[in-house]
Amino acid sequence: MALRAGTGVGFKPQHFTAIQGTAPDLAFFEVHAENYMGAGGAPHAMLTRLRQDYQLSIHGVGLSIGGTHLNSDHLQRLKALCDRYQPDSFSEHLAWSSHGNEFLNDLLPLPYTPQNLDRICDHVDQVQEVLGRRMLLENPATYVTFAESSIPETEFMTRIARRTGCGLLLDVSNVFVSCVNHRTDPLAYLAEFPLDLVDEIHLGGHEEEELPSGPLLIDAHGREVAQPVWALFGHVLDRRGAVATLVEWDNDVPDWATLKAEADRADAMIRERDSHVAA
Amino acid sequence: MLRPDFTTVFRAGLANGTVPAGTSPDLPQEAAQRFAVYRNNVAHSLSQALARRFPVIERLVGSQFFAAMAREFIAAHPPISPVLQEWGGAFPKFLEGFAPVGGLPYLPAVAGLEWARGLAYHAADAVPIAPEDLHRIERPRLHPSVRVLRCNHPAVSIWQANQPGQDGRVSARGHEIALIWRKPDLSVGTMSIPPLQAALIEALLDGATLEAAALVTDPVPVLGLLLRENLICTTGV
Amino acid sequence: MIMNAKLATAIAAAITMSGTVAANAKTEMEKCYGVSLAGQNDCAAGPGTTCAGTSTTDYQGNAWKLVPAGTCADIETPAGHNGSLEPIES
Repeated sequence: MALRAGTGVGFKPQHFTAIQGTAPDLAFFEVHAENYMGAGGAPHAMLTRLRQDYQLSIHGVGLSIGGTHLNSDHLQRLKALCDRYQPDSFSEHLAWSSHGNEFLNDLLPLPYTPQNLDRICDHVDQVQEVLGRRMLLENPATYVTFAESSIPETEFMTRIARRTGCGLLLDVSNVFVSCVNHRTDPLAYLAEFPLDLVDEIHLGGHEEEELPSGPLLIDAHGREVAQPVWALFGHVLDRRGAVATLVEWDNDVPDWATLKAEADRADAMIRERDSHVAA
Repeated sequence: MLRPDFTTVFRAGLANGTVPAGTSPDLPQEAAQRFAVYRNNVAHSLSQALARRFPVIERLVGSQFFAAMAREFIAAHPPISPVLQEWGGAFPKFLEGFAPVGGLPYLPAVAGLEWARGLAYHAADAVPIAPEDLHRIERPRLHPSVRVLRCNHPAVSIWQANQPGQDGRVSARGHEIALIWRKPDLSVGTMSIPPLQAALIEALLDGATLEAAALVTDPVPVLGLLLRENLICTTGV
Repeated sequence: MIMNAKLATAIAAAITMSGTVAANAKTEMEKCYGVSLAGQNDCAAGPGTTCAGTSTTDYQGNAWKLVPAGTCADIETPAGHNGSLEPIES
């Protein structure tokens, strides 16, 4: 049970007809778990249909693994969804999004401390136990750092993966966004990142603003993947080899052809590495 | 010595703008601007989610007004589940009591219609009967998406006049009864129906026999619609 | 099951009707604001911005000098007056 080394696209309902009509050569589709927790209707009909032709990645955006506690009702709903669709991958974020009973609908940052490490490992253990499967944890895009943090993000993620046995989802765009925002070197970040634990890569577009000290990048998923991110992606592929790669586009979603062109670009880079390996 | 959990401090800052101590220590002069990204993301993403659920209300009041009103609603009724499609049921009632829209008394009814459409969209699936089988069914079971909404305003006409490409002009007045259902192509239908037809459907929703329900009015138009739209379902599922 | 003849006739008529009107169903498909478009949850940041102008402080204080400014003016309400663009007293 794993995504094969190929390209996937974040599924949007408005693309369903185009996908059915063109039967694109893609490895997988990824969906946000929370959008498929209704009882029935179009979302399930579309997902069931896609599932017949493609590998499926279910990507949670609401579990709040970095929060104080896991919402056990929500975890059970995730389990029901995974049981129903038997996805080839389940992933979530190193972030929190709920406080008490309140859902804040954003992937919020947390200090990398030993206490938070313990708590997140507990949560990942719980998720894997309830779902009965290994999960992937994704590195966040962040706009702030915390004085309290005593563990570098790469080490924090490595330790979570080693302790819980979870895999990692490397969002290369998030690496670029966070490193630019915090005035650090993305290549140095990647050098520290345990690429052997990476089972999926994400690529998405970002926006740019200016702060007094320099640019602030926003992980808005509303445009093409930027050139420096493609370069970093190539660098990761060179070191890691071909790996399942998702192109995400969530805001100002373009027509299918535009999104597919982005996926094709990622796919060409993966195939190039594959043929190098074969040669 | 207990101190508030990190997420509690951060959450309070999202609401009141107080940047948590120790935020971006390397660039302290930018901490507030950086923290503001999260404040904006939370406020904007929830406001957008509400607008997607109530697009006609947004059109009726304008997007700027809607965003400001959404903030008030979010503060009073934040989502308590990460499944956002389940959030917003309190919005029609909220609009009733929200003084700045007191001059638009039809808003709660239109919001109720939009909420019901969402429920119908996500309602459970059911297997339709073959039309001929209606002869053999005593108590037809309607599809879980079917809803009859009695509106104290011409909510259906207002809703229809505010679809893309429509000019928003409405001449209807008085009450309207909305029938909301999921179509065979899984989109959601919305139309206004006469009171007796509504009564017939309501009787079937309440589990009446077809024979009893048919006493209300000529059942042919309603049954024709229900059969055509695959809304009479087997009881097995 | 015993069914009265009148109802049986009605059912037969409804069945016929359900078959013949089906052609209409397609054209009727309204182009409407779908609940279908865009699942509600996603993992992107909004068009996030550091600008306080779009943050939660935006409308505080002078908030409800804002008035609805959509299509509401064109709606004739049951009471007979049009949706007002005037500030609402509260």
